[in-house]
Amino acid sequence: MSRKTLPIIIILAMAITAGAAFAQIDTTAEIPDSTIAVTAVSQRLPIAPAPVSSVTAKDTPNDAGKSITINWDLSPDDLGGRKNVAKYIVLRGTSPTGTFDTVGSATAGMHSVSDAQAVDGVDYVYKVVAISSVLTPEGDEIFAPAESGLSNVVHSSGQWFHLVRMARIFPWVLVIGIAVLFFINAAKKGKKLYVRPIAGLVEVEQAVGRATEMGRKLVYVPGTQDMDNVQTLAGVTILGRIAKLAAEYDAQIDVPVSRSLVMVTAREVVKEAYLNVGRPDAFNEDIVRYITDDQFGYAAALDGLFVREKPATIFYMGAFYAESLILAETGNTIGAIQIAGTAMPAQLPFFVAACDYTLIGEELFAASAYLSSEAKLLGSLKGQDVAKVLMLIVAVVGVILATFNVINIADWFKIG
Amino acid sequence: MNKKVVPFIVIALGIGLFAILAASRGFAVTLGAFFTIGIFSFLYKDNPYYKFSEALFVGISAGYWFVSLFWQQMYSKLFSQVAEAYQHTFVNGGGWDDRWMMLVGGVLGVMMLMRLFPKIGWISRWPLAVIVGATAGLYFINYFVSNGINQIGATIAPLQQYGKDGSLDWWASISQFLLVVGTLSGLVYFYFSKEHKGAFGGVAKIGIWTLMLTFGASFGYTVMSRMSLLIGRMDYLVSTWLGLVK
Repeated sequence: MSRKTLPIIIILAMAITAGAAFAQIDTTAEIPDSTIAVTAVSQRLPIAPAPVSSVTAKDTPNDAGKSITINWDLSPDDLGGRKNVAKYIVLRGTSPTGTFDTVGSATAGMHSVSDAQAVDGVDYVYKVVAISSVLTPEGDEIFAPAESGLSNVVHSSGQWFHLVRMARIFPWVLVIGIAVLFFINAAKKGKKLYVRPIAGLVEVEQAVGRATEMGRKLVYVPGTQDMDNVQTLAGVTILGRIAKLAAEYDAQIDVPVSRSLVMVTAREVVKEAYLNVGRPDAFNEDIVRYITDDQFGYAAALDGLFVREKPATIFYMGAFYAESLILAETGNTIGAIQIAGTAMPAQLPFFVAACDYTLIGEELFAASAYLSSEAKLLGSLKGQDVAKVLMLIVAVVGVILATFNVINIADWFKIG
Repeated sequence: MNKKVVPFIVIALGIGLFAILAASRGFAVTLGAFFTIGIFSFLYKDNPYYKFSEALFVGISAGYWFVSLFWQQMYSKLFSQVAEAYQHTFVNGGGWDDRWMMLVGGVLGVMMLMRLFPKIGWISRWPLAVIVGATAGLYFINYFVSNGINQIGATIAPLQQYGKDGSLDWWASISQFLLVVGTLSGLVYFYFSKEHKGAFGGVAKIGIWTLMLTFGASFGYTVMSRMSLLIGRMDYLVSTWLGLVK
């Protein structure tokens, strides 16, 4: 064989092989959107299962819309009969005679699917195709479909209220609300409401005093998240109290922030604190200054600030991510007293390791009430304590009942 | 040699080295490596190289975020949405469009800018009040469900757990017992109306121990993820930049 003919033979052989492989391709392996077709490979064709019945479609309840739930009665050949159902395909159309697109699938034994791609207000009809399949010796999968009748016409819409959530949460909210109002009222009438000492907060005054005595700055970091985070809200509230102390002691306070909205809010809070102690002259808008929104850009700037200005005290109060250890470790190396508070579980270990005091989780939210002793905040804190006692009792009773196999009330806490 | 000349020589050598590496490894890659080393130099001590890298990082990121927020918020959520609503309502005659509601956010944003004018600066407090109030209200249910209801629901289960063969699963039972004790004692720790003394204090101590054990495990896990970040930067320097590791 000449060298020139060899490549031609190889190319021809490859072309024949490719052609043969192409001829073997089962065009029904992937179900087309509009129709289910079956290649006529009669000797290998699986037997189609009996179609499903009672296809119904309804707007998914208690949602924000754009979802329709389709239910059907299983094919008689699914769990019984020939037991040859491989899966169900759900098709959607806008009219009974128009084209239908695939919008979902379910494995054998399932009789419900949610179509999450619906457009609110548009009428749809659905049908469900029960499919059986067989594998050929070559490894190809061949399908045999059985189409159901049409469902009812339906369209999706959003609901204002999640009724299941309301039913399960409302009693709790009611009890907590009544308790909060009761304690707020009691506090306003002058009743002394006890809040246990929280280690980090007891030291706040000393920490501010230390900065004053040393003639160095105290830096307050209200986290790296925006005002739509409750931890930032708590952090800014605590800032009000610390700014008040700083104004009283004439300590130099610096609040570098990473969000413009936090800057605006923090400025208002600090300004009010200075006004409240009768020192509006000492307030300067630059006390609260914007650095950058970028997480690590902010961390780099604060690290530089710490080592250059060596603040005596650093507060970290709010929501933090990976920058927590970078900041706390640098603060630790310069010998600053550090008091941190966050409800970010992944960052708490770093603050616990690198800071002198750490407010863990809810202690951050309790801090503002503890520091300010305002009736509304204290009443709210006491009301939440009532909720905790109730939860504790329910949990203990629930575990006992479940252990002795009386009743399992865990389902009462499942929120849809 | 005059001491004043030394920094200039160092800078000149640095520029020369940078130029050689940029020519051989690519400008962008070398620039990335230059600033990576600049930030790492903080580990030695605060120095001009770090200060330069930090200032550039902060400045560029602030500018980047401004542009990014403009396109992600102002343009895509206000201008384009309102333009589409206008098209729907007035050009196509389609009636009310929910996207008109975006104008509420736009108006609040304009109100926020009023603080630039001292005489009417008080107006900027209104959008702040809306943000703070809406945040508190919206998150109340989310937090109550995730931190309260779901936790209690997950805790309520029989203390004795059985395996698939129906026999008592000792490890699963011990695990369930620890879960119940840890959750409930943790709840006691966060009760603020009573001092941690006596039996109550004992239970609270179990709670804080549970928390600390969790923090310890979390610390180790997160440190490992930070190590992977460090390895990523080292890989950039050694492989992508210097090409020492293929």
